[in-house]
Amino acid sequence: MALRVADYKTDVHNDWCPGCGDFGIVNAIQMALAEMGVERDRTAIFSGVGCSGKTSHFINTYGIHTLHGRVMTFAQGAKVANPDLTVVAIGGDGDGLGIGAGHFVAAGRRDIDMTYIIFDNGVYGLTKGQASPTLKLGEQPKSLPKPNLNYSVNPIGLAITSGYTFVARGYSYDIRHLKDMIMQAVRHKGTSFLDVLQPCPTYNDINTRDWYAGLDMKDVAERHSRIYKLEDTGYDPAVHYADRGDLDEKISQALIRSLDWGDKIPIGVFYKNEHITSFETRMQEHIPNYTENPPAHQRISEEERPITDVSGLLGSLLV
Amino acid sequence: MVDFTWLIGGPQGSGVETASTIFSGVCAKAGYQIFGKREFHSNIKGEHSYFEVRVSDRMVRSNSSTVDLMVSYDAETIFRHYSTVAPGGSIIYDLDMRDTETVDVATMDPYFKERLHAEIRRLGVPPTVRGVLDAAARSGVRTYPVSFKDLLADLAEQHGNPRLKLMKRMYNVLGVSLSAGLAGLPRDLLLRLIQDVFHKKAMVKKLNADAAAHAYDAGADLGDIAHVLAGAEKRPGTALVQGHQGTAIGKMVAGCRFQSYYPITPASDESVYLESNEILDVKHARPGSISVVQTEDEISAIGMMIGAALTGVRSSTSTSGPGFSLMAEALGWAGINEVPVVITLYQRSGPSTGLPTRHGQDDLLFAVFGGHGEFPRIVYASGDIEESFYDTCLCFNYSDVYQLPVIHMMDKFLSSTTTTCPVFDPSRVTIDRGRLLDSIDGEYRRFQLGGDGISPRSYLGLKNGIFWNTGDESDETGHITEDPVVRRQMMDKRLSRMDIVLERVPEEEQAVCHRAGEYTIVSWGSTKGPILDALEMLESEGVSVGFIQVKMLHPFPAKLVERLLGGARVIIDVESNQTGQMGNLFSQNIFRRIDHYILKYTGRGMTCDELYDAMSDIIRGGAPYRTVLMHGS
Ligand SMILES: Cc1ncc(C[n+]2csc(CCOP(=O)(O)OP(=O)(O)O)c2C)c(N)n1
Ligand code: SF4
Ligand SMILES: [Mg+2]
Repeated sequence: MALRVADYKTDVHNDWCPGCGDFGIVNAIQMALAEMGVERDRTAIFSGVGCSGKTSHFINTYGIHTLHGRVMTFAQGAKVANPDLTVVAIGGDGDGLGIGAGHFVAAGRRDIDMTYIIFDNGVYGLTKGQASPTLKLGEQPKSLPKPNLNYSVNPIGLAITSGYTFVARGYSYDIRHLKDMIMQAVRHKGTSFLDVLQPCPTYNDINTRDWYAGLDMKDVAERHSRIYKLEDTGYDPAVHYADRGDLDEKISQALIRSLDWGDKIPIGVFYKNEHITSFETRMQEHIPNYTENPPAHQRISEEERPITDVSGLLGSLLV
Repeated sequence: MVDFTWLIGGPQGSGVETASTIFSGVCAKAGYQIFGKREFHSNIKGEHSYFEVRVSDRMVRSNSSTVDLMVSYDAETIFRHYSTVAPGGSIIYDLDMRDTETVDVATMDPYFKERLHAEIRRLGVPPTVRGVLDAAARSGVRTYPVSFKDLLADLAEQHGNPRLKLMKRMYNVLGVSLSAGLAGLPRDLLLRLIQDVFHKKAMVKKLNADAAAHAYDAGADLGDIAHVLAGAEKRPGTALVQGHQGTAIGKMVAGCRFQSYYPITPASDESVYLESNEILDVKHARPGSISVVQTEDEISAIGMMIGAALTGVRSSTSTSGPGFSLMAEALGWAGINEVPVVITLYQRSGPSTGLPTRHGQDDLLFAVFGGHGEFPRIVYASGDIEESFYDTCLCFNYSDVYQLPVIHMMDKFLSSTTTTCPVFDPSRVTIDRGRLLDSIDGEYRRFQLGGDGISPRSYLGLKNGIFWNTGDESDETGHITEDPVVRRQMMDKRLSRMDIVLERVPEEEQAVCHRAGEYTIVSWGSTKGPILDALEMLESEGVSVGFIQVKMLHPFPAKLVERLLGGARVIIDVESNQTGQMGNLFSQNIFRRIDHYILKYTGRGMTCDELYDAMSDIIRGGAPYRTVLMHGS
């Protein structure tokens, strides 16, 4: 029986602030899971800690709400142990790009087949609005005692240079587009990264829904949504040939677009490279039956007795 | 009875370890029981390292404080260790360095030099290798000068290759072969082992074998210490094992299929060994494998391990103090979510970076209390390498059965030990996965209340087994709640497990009473070897001392230990730390004072002799409340 979006929802009370961008993201995730028809008990959503971290409780699959900044570590461990699982990790911008930045980079190097979604609201929502690593220099959302002293991290650029093989951005109030990004990300073989612009109406009074819509622009005639879709401009994110020329071009254009902010903010797929050997394949080069007999499938005992045969090793230790 | 200690020293990177592997191997193959231990600096090339091997025809479990045969191709080894060679013992040294002065040895730090100079002034000899060797000779040590250069020149001539004259890299093989010759170890065993060790390249193998043969003969010509090591009766089923192999092979047998780690001394050898043997033979089935992941840090190591464990796979990580510090937060996550994981904690000497390549047992209280909040855990300690194999399997059972993190305490003493022991016997191992489910019908709640508080466990990917986990307090399904009543239920559910552990784990797994006595030692972990050896020494004098080895450190088996203590009048706590950490736990739980502490925190392992001395002082009366052991360079 085909599953409906409702099947992917739990009845846990959702305590996000009214109007929070997170609602759109969780809806998009549930819609994407339903549309792809992923099996609920073969899917695990891992989340970090923050407002965003609660997401795993609202989705009716396995849901693991981990620690602040550490979501990718838990998620990767599970996926390596059981590659059959559909694994999606989610977390805040502080979670993934501040306290968890080291894990963010390391995950790109591994490129395990899974998805990472960051809820990018420019603030630390759950701790009452401090600056997150994506907040721009000099900005002062309402909880900050003085303007932000630091430059911001560039999530898209960092993901590409760290080795993520699918890098995209969505907007939490464009749910259909976001759902489409999530589906592409989940289907991608390798670690896909999705940066989701997420207004936090409670603490980020700068990058609001109205701001993204361009309603603050002075010249009424020229007013336009700040957000535009890369795909509408004929942008081609995909690396088509496994050679340096194409790679250089696709990485460069993606990095250049990743710098865009202000009046024109791109969403859509920035970069996609399907020519990288997957982590599973790399594992298999050393453990030939890794994918068909990964850790989670292996039997280790028979009637409470170990069945691992270490007689070879023990024999070599005998004097 | 043979009880013979050999010491080889040299700069790090000069092959001291290879030489010791060869010596230990030859002795073991000749039928001896051996106990060897390596000491080294936090350095890759140049600083002093040494290896002591104790050889006996009986079981030996520790080093002694004196050396019977020392071989050295560098001056520092002589300066550092000449005084540990017993009267009647022997020193083989390189003629070329006879005139080296203490000031020429840059790697000897000023503190050691100061003590050395004071000793040299007292002896009234010049501050040279020759000077201290003369002093040693005067006290009855035989000194054998050998020109290592000439040995190489002979080899160069034999091979018609003048370049071999410069092959100082082979000094280690010359050193071990000279020793074997002098001590009368079987020549054919030496040559066979050399060929095994250098099997990878035919050329290197031949060269080393020729060098060994030549040096062996030269050693035999030096004199003859009565063929002390001519051979002993071999015990069938004896293995020669290295420190990390007990836990590593234990993990394979226990069915651990995922290990994450971040490199750190002295823990990473275990992970590297696992990765080198990642494909596993399985009885009547296709091969299995263990996925070993080198992570970006220890936070990731514990996170990945937990993630893997959630899929139902037996998972572990291996680390040392600094890494374990980084794991503290996630340890609590595993605790509140009742995830079975095993952390193998190879302690070294802290705090902070401390003595990064030296021994210590100073993380016990941190293992017991580390992490915020209150959650169930087991802290379990192995006393030697053989035990560590079986204990590793027990730790996985505990973690599965009681659904909690288990911290398996090991240390640098164990990790840098090479020893003979009965070969590990997998048929003695059982695997108990507790309430891990393999199918689910109907409604499922991961943290279902009721019964003994240990709920049936689903895993990621199991049909109908969906659950949630969170680091927040949660209800039976795993969703967040801050309800005070549920909070109390959940806290009690988790923590009641500590009593259950003490009730259900067999007593002999919790604490071992090796002997009972009026004077009784309580201790834990790797002090077991030196203690048992010291107690044998006392016993040979008709003095019987008790010894209780506590293996389950948390929850602490207070009633059991109290019962094992029986009528003990004087309790002596022996540990490798400054504060007597287990003594602390003991007094907290048993309300009995420790009468004497014997502690060592120099970063060096205890020898049986110094422990024997300290115990003798206590029994004689008048020993201080706290004795600090100092042997070792
Ligand atoms: C180790 C640790 N430090 C600090 C915190 C407190 N904390 C909780 S959420 C959070 C920041 C959340 O910001 P972000 O990751 O951007 O998520 P958001 O709430 O904005 O979705 C912090 C610092 C914590 N939970 N753990
Ligand atoms: S604080 Fe911001 S991010 Fe958090 S729930 Fe409220 S609106 Fe959403
Ligand atoms: Mg945020």
